[in-house]
Amino acid sequence: MTIVREKHHLLLRLSHWLNVPLLTLMIWSGVLIYWAHQPYLTIPDDLGPFELHHRLAEGMAWHFTVMWLLVINGLIYFSYLCFSGEWRELVPHRRIFPDAFRYILFDLKISRTSPEWSGKFNPAQRLAYFSAILLSIGAVISGLAIYKPVTLSFLLTLLGGYEVARFIHFFCMMSLVLFIFLHLIQVARAGWNNFRAMVAGYEMEK
Amino acid sequence: MKWKNNYKLRTIISCLLLLSFFFVSWKVFRHISDGEKISGAPAPLYKGYVLNQKVWEMLRSAKRASKGSGKSLKGKSPRVNGDIGLQAPVDIERYSVEVVSPEKSVLLPLGAFKALPKISTSTEFRCIEGWSEEISYAGARFSEFLSAYSLGKKPDGKYYSYVGLETPDGEYYVSIDMESMLHEQTVLTYEMNEAPLSLENGAPIRLIIPVKYGIKSLKRIGKIIFSDQRPRDYWAEEGYDWYSGL
Repeated sequence: MTIVREKHHLLLRLSHWLNVPLLTLMIWSGVLIYWAHQPYLTIPDDLGPFELHHRLAEGMAWHFTVMWLLVINGLIYFSYLCFSGEWRELVPHRRIFPDAFRYILFDLKISRTSPEWSGKFNPAQRLAYFSAILLSIGAVISGLAIYKPVTLSFLLTLLGGYEVARFIHFFCMMSLVLFIFLHLIQVARAGWNNFRAMVAGYEMEK
Repeated sequence: MKWKNNYKLRTIISCLLLLSFFFVSWKVFRHISDGEKISGAPAPLYKGYVLNQKVWEMLRSAKRASKGSGKSLKGKSPRVNGDIGLQAPVDIERYSVEVVSPEKSVLLPLGAFKALPKISTSTEFRCIEGWSEEISYAGARFSEFLSAYSLGKKPDGKYYSYVGLETPDGEYYVSIDMESMLHEQTVLTYEMNEAPLSLENGAPIRLIIPVKYGIKSLKRIGKIIFSDQRPRDYWAEEGYDWYSGL
């Protein structure tokens, strides 16, 4: 007997998929801005088919328009988490670090025993998704601080100055890129049933 | 079983919707990128600039400041970035600045600026490229310059909305909103880092406006314009944000 279970609410799926073009645009335009001054990593003028050089104005124009859409999408997602109570699925419990570590060992088939868990997400997912939320908030706050360092000077002071804020923004972006990379691998490994849940909303259990 | 067929249909429709969503997203991106431009920026993104300007003009306070640490920067030369408008030879001995508004035009010698109270201050000076450095600078506060020579106001006593500045050869030019020009850190500068301005930093007189990106701090002021129509702006014509406020 196959059991069909609703997994991801429509609102959650909408905001998830909206993130794909919006976040892509933000990262791409951010790299165009970064090209003009490269304090951490030196990037090439062209990255495969992507021309990165001398596009600062274009990068800024996209970055500072799309940011509104991405923030609005983020707020929709947060409101959904709050009102549905689904934030409970994401907020880490006390033993999240050892549990996530043990789950990763289990997932990599190094260990045979999985830590006990319940809910939508395993401990590694819980930690990864929660971190992604924190990184997004960090990217928005540090982004605002370097975007308007005089008008929002309190944010700059809070973060420890222009250079620090710029580094935090860069760090959050790079960590989110790493998250997306691991996320794609894990989605591919988890298979169709899991992927379909994010598209059509339901999963099946035999 | 009926429910299973329904779920299959739901999956097919959802997948098709997702694929069309990606397709439409790509089309919208191409359309915006390749479509109509306003001042060098794709039209919808130009509207984004305008929206942002409204938001930040609402949120800014007259007391906002970009203060430096105040430590001495004597002997350190300010970073030079850009030489547009500085190519023509300049006669510093007989230098004068043309001040133009719809009702009058005056020629002010350099002494007219140096006669005003000298303000010395420091700031974090930020480039639109992403770097910044601390500078100290000295000169006449722009707001005091206006009141001392009764400039910048219309016959009805209200300020003009915009100030335009140009190099003597007219090759580089900016325009700035009056509120930012009246900011207390906006200075008509003749000294940087406790030394007279060098030629490549805009001698004999330049603007330093720390509430804007460095592109607005025009070097070697040849002309000051007051107007309610926004005067031309070099980088805003190239797709950069005209407001460029920090």
